[in-house]
Amino acid sequence: METRIKVQVLGVGCSKCKTLEERVRQLVATHQLNVDIEKVSDFKEIMKYGIMTTPGLVVNGVVKSVGIVPKDSQLLQWIKG
Amino acid sequence: MNTRAWSFAPVSEKRTYALPLLLLPVWVVIYVFLQPAVDAVVHSLPGMMPGSMLTEAVRFFLYEVPKVLLLLTLIVFLVGIVRSYFSPERTRRILGKRSTFTGNILASLLGVVTPFCSCSAVPLFIGFVEAGVPLGVTFSFLIAAPMINEIALVLLFGLFGWKTALLYAGTGLLIAITAGYVIGRLKVERFVEDWVYAIRPGSGMVPDEAMPFAQRIEHGFESVRDIVGKVWLYVVVGIAVGAGIHGFVPENFMASIMGKSAWWSVPISVLIGVPLYSNAAGIIPIVQALLEKGASLGTVLAFMMSVIGLSFPETIILKKVLKLPLIFIFVGVVATGILIVGYVFNFIY
Repeated sequence: METRIKVQVLGVGCSKCKTLEERVRQLVATHQLNVDIEKVSDFKEIMKYGIMTTPGLVVNGVVKSVGIVPKDSQLLQWIKG
Repeated sequence: MNTRAWSFAPVSEKRTYALPLLLLPVWVVIYVFLQPAVDAVVHSLPGMMPGSMLTEAVRFFLYEVPKVLLLLTLIVFLVGIVRSYFSPERTRRILGKRSTFTGNILASLLGVVTPFCSCSAVPLFIGFVEAGVPLGVTFSFLIAAPMINEIALVLLFGLFGWKTALLYAGTGLLIAITAGYVIGRLKVERFVEDWVYAIRPGSGMVPDEAMPFAQRIEHGFESVRDIVGKVWLYVVVGIAVGAGIHGFVPENFMASIMGKSAWWSVPISVLIGVPLYSNAAGIIPIVQALLEKGASLGTVLAFMMSVIGLSFPETIILKKVLKLPLIFIFVGVVATGILIVGYVFNFIY
């Protein structure tokens, strides 16, 4: 059985956070990926991942990047799992 | 913002090194020939009488905008490379178990070089507290990081000269160190929101610090795209207003309002400056023009520091982790430091 991949974008209102979220949504849409996307903007939740700069990108509970908007090719590789 | 422009996917290393080496001579040539070029352009324009107010304002604008943007691009690029060596995680490790006073000094210095965005102030604050960084040391970092940044320094250097830039950096550091130290001595731990101490943070991601140099260069380009892409408009508008003041406001006009003899000008400047939030890029050209028209250096420094260093949005964000009394203590202590700097410089000069 295929389990859905869960992608979380951690961040509160910074411009890079918005860019990252948009980018992820766009990638998922264009590649028609079976992925759940969640934007996390509660600090208590964000801090559970132990990051110190936003945005954070979490795929299936694992922190993949912090403080940057990674390149599309890199994002795609992570999202596809 | 078009972020795609620089994300030239797998870059060959050669290309990464070649680009800056190619662009640097171009930069130098433009910088060297800017003044004569602008003079020639201004003189060739119809109706530009030498020495007239309009001519001077136009000349100021046409020269300062490209000059400041050139300096900004180069410095932001270099700072981007330097910053790739200082992640917040690493800074936290360095500050971890420091005693207060050395910790305050170190934190202020690291605040200058560690990448920082006020939108990340909260996770950074929690991350520091979690790692056992003393509260006062954390505040030294939080004060220095926004106040002394490359944008402010470039504009100060470009428009005022290196002495003022150094003066600003030096006094800014002094304020960050002492204000952090004072806050630390006030035993304000109880004014931190309780949930901050209750958090058991996850392991997070260990950033790969063994970055190849080519990647650091890319990091530099990325910062240029990011920062210059964001502030260029502030620079243009700020310099345009500055040029207007430069050309049209009479000499010594500001002397009575922001001059040395007006003792109240320093606190008023701070009072206006604290809630006023602007980018360093927008405020410094205006302030430079005011200085020229008779405002005194101490007053101008105080105004600049309170606008750049104490920002309203950052305070609002910090409210999520700090209880109200600590917010007031934070703003109060920093504002007092700025006041003292203002008076001292008005007294000396």
